[in-house]
Amino acid sequence: MSAFPGVEASPSAPDGGNHADHGPVHARPRPRITVLGVIGELLVLAGVLLGLYVVWELFYTDVQGDRAQREIVEELAWAEPEVIEGDVATSSVDTIPDDLKVTDEDPPEMAYPEFTETFATMMVPRWGDDYVRPISEGSTRADVLDPLGIGHYEGSALPGELGNFAISGHRTTYGKPFNRVDELHEGDALIVQTEGIWAVYEVTGWEIVDPTAIEVIAPTPNRPGAGATGRFMTLTTCHPLYSAAERWIVYSELKYWAPTGHGVPSELTEVPA
Amino acid sequence: MISTWMWSRIPGPVALKVLLLLVVIVAAVLVLFEFVFPWVSTIVPVSDPTLEEAGS
Repeated sequence: MSAFPGVEASPSAPDGGNHADHGPVHARPRPRITVLGVIGELLVLAGVLLGLYVVWELFYTDVQGDRAQREIVEELAWAEPEVIEGDVATSSVDTIPDDLKVTDEDPPEMAYPEFTETFATMMVPRWGDDYVRPISEGSTRADVLDPLGIGHYEGSALPGELGNFAISGHRTTYGKPFNRVDELHEGDALIVQTEGIWAVYEVTGWEIVDPTAIEVIAPTPNRPGAGATGRFMTLTTCHPLYSAAERWIVYSELKYWAPTGHGVPSELTEVPA
Repeated sequence: MISTWMWSRIPGPVALKVLLLLVVIVAAVLVLFEFVFPWVSTIVPVSDPTLEEAGS
């Protein structure tokens, strides 16, 4: 009779009486460290890291890339403000008069841009009237394509010039400037603005090539020995999606160029059906 | 196991343990996203859109 309240009053009694109440809760065996268990946990960790990498690559780089490329465009003092705000179609901005459009002469020479310098913007009505992306010098991933968006192959022609204005951009990840490249139709307008000129190109075709097919960015696409026979622009991007096994190439030819400061190309206001 | 060992090393009651663990996980993910993964992606050329010289 006297032992019973004693157990209640002092659960830590040395006689071990407390096991009667709390024993089963604490009776779990201490986890033993086994090689297999540690390997298993490391594999789970590796799986989590791989999963996080995929989330980073497919989601986070787009968030960062969109924001960074947007800021770059907004900081360009000469970029058309109506284009940046994405309301060209609704605002009453002037369009370039026909007598200012040039098709057979080089535009006024611009200083060749420094490596990583952003010297142009690109607009593609097919990809929406709010599509405007910066074009920067160089085509390496670490310096240009990942942080800055569209890159210009060094040494290729500048916008409007005789030769091939060749550019490259990600189709997935890092803001994916050329994500919807497969939606372009023949005749679609590709519009480039520099500080001095607007250059309007028209899509003439597309092709899927091997990553080593550098002849597509020759001064005359696919005719490396021919020299510059026209005013071309060539887009290169990844194919298939989420892979770099091949390249998707879009060919285009200059429709006209015109000096800036006299309105925007009418093509900007015509979002294709 | 590693996870059990770490759990028993975190000080405080369960609520604090969970909070501390969340802080550590968020910090780890930030370091991975901002520094580790950008570096890894330069070694894993999965999405290079440019054309290369043949043979390089």
